[in-house]
Amino acid sequence: MTTLNIQNSEPQGGLSWAGIKKYFFLIAILVPLVQVFSAYQTVTTEAAGLWLWLLVLINVVIVPVADVIFGHDTYNPTQEQEAALKHDGFYVWVMYLAIVAHWLALITTAYAVSVVDLPWYHFLGAIIGIGAMHSVSFAISHELGHRVNKKTQTWVAKFATAIMGYAHFNIEHNKGHHKHVATPEDAASSRMGENVYKFALRELPGGFVRAWQLERSRLSRQGKPTWSLSNEIIHSWLMTLVGFGAMVFILGLQIFPFLILTSFYGWFQLTMANYIEHYGLLRQKLDNGKYQRCEPKHSWNSNFRLSNLISLHLQRHSDHHANPTRAYQLLRDYPEAPQMPTGYPTMMMMTLIPPLWYWVMDRKVVAWAEGDMNLVNMDGEAKDKLFTRYHKKPADQNSETAEVSL
Amino acid sequence: MSKHQCPNCSTVYDELIGSPHEGYPAGTLWQDLPEDFTCPCCFLIDKNEFELLEQNKESP
Repeated sequence: MTTLNIQNSEPQGGLSWAGIKKYFFLIAILVPLVQVFSAYQTVTTEAAGLWLWLLVLINVVIVPVADVIFGHDTYNPTQEQEAALKHDGFYVWVMYLAIVAHWLALITTAYAVSVVDLPWYHFLGAIIGIGAMHSVSFAISHELGHRVNKKTQTWVAKFATAIMGYAHFNIEHNKGHHKHVATPEDAASSRMGENVYKFALRELPGGFVRAWQLERSRLSRQGKPTWSLSNEIIHSWLMTLVGFGAMVFILGLQIFPFLILTSFYGWFQLTMANYIEHYGLLRQKLDNGKYQRCEPKHSWNSNFRLSNLISLHLQRHSDHHANPTRAYQLLRDYPEAPQMPTGYPTMMMMTLIPPLWYWVMDRKVVAWAEGDMNLVNMDGEAKDKLFTRYHKKPADQNSETAEVSL
Repeated sequence: MSKHQCPNCSTVYDELIGSPHEGYPAGTLWQDLPEDFTCPCCFLIDKNEFELLEQNKESP
């Protein structure tokens, strides 16, 4: 594993950031509670559907602005602090309570849109708002799903993805994405020149097929049928079936499109997150035909304070991929690792406008590869064009690509 | 019976315990694991990258 400098920490305790930071992770609970509040206001006030845009406003405007205002979080725990943080149950309970709150938010919003006569655009606000909330559900499921030796936590991870019917996420992520990250074989690593919509068409089906095959192989080794209650994908599907089924039973069939659309938009939130995390980065093949081990330089990071809290430090992505079992409260910032210019929410919005995304990120990928496009994970159709535009011969590299900073 | 350790997450594959969840029951020998066996915890490390932790002389 490549060793990179880790910025020194500030002392823990008192009112220092290190001392109070843990309580800010309660944001994972606050996000769905905001949505519950919006649903309540929708039912009880005259402004009604306008409230359904509150979480969208927070995601699109307030968090990006707050990231600019509050800047980077340079705090990394010391080894002594890590020992205490690692065994602090607070960080697990935050996630448990957050997932309960996420389901509560979906249920209350479903109730609000079913009892209040809303114009289509406010219905859209509810879908986008819940979709934004689902990105936090994914972050929580992601964290819990890595703890494969803790049964309760892996069950709660399934409960978290069940909120949007994305049952295969943990299997695909742990055994598929982490294994193949930053290679052309990975359905969840985007290629330079591949826009987010093209990526979605590769990632969404590719991730499901890979997860199903992995689970089928596991069950086959156990001598069990794929279609059985031992299938962990089916566990989460059943949770979705019970949860969505109960809402349809109580609120009526008209709520079904809402549940489906919020789920789809939730899936797309994951697609956008996957898209930005490894764009263009490529692990090189070794002489033995295997790819080099994943290093901090194979992930894009963003160390902005607020968006890092909301994503449970997922933006400290290099440390996560180098150490997948490291708990979120322990993840460290690697200043020398590839950095994105803003937090996840802004970068994810940027993916929706491919020319803007290319303008911001392509030069960073080129700088990362020091102008050698042979080292970049590129889309097949865009390859020739990107090579012509960016590839520098070795003699040119010192003079030109050095001007582009990561 | 031998033990092998993942150099990334320190997970130990103990032949006595196996990795039942991944379909390798207790008693599965290291040499009988497939070449594409991956650490059942971090899923990063391949079989050939595991480090031998303990080798019982009586084991095959």
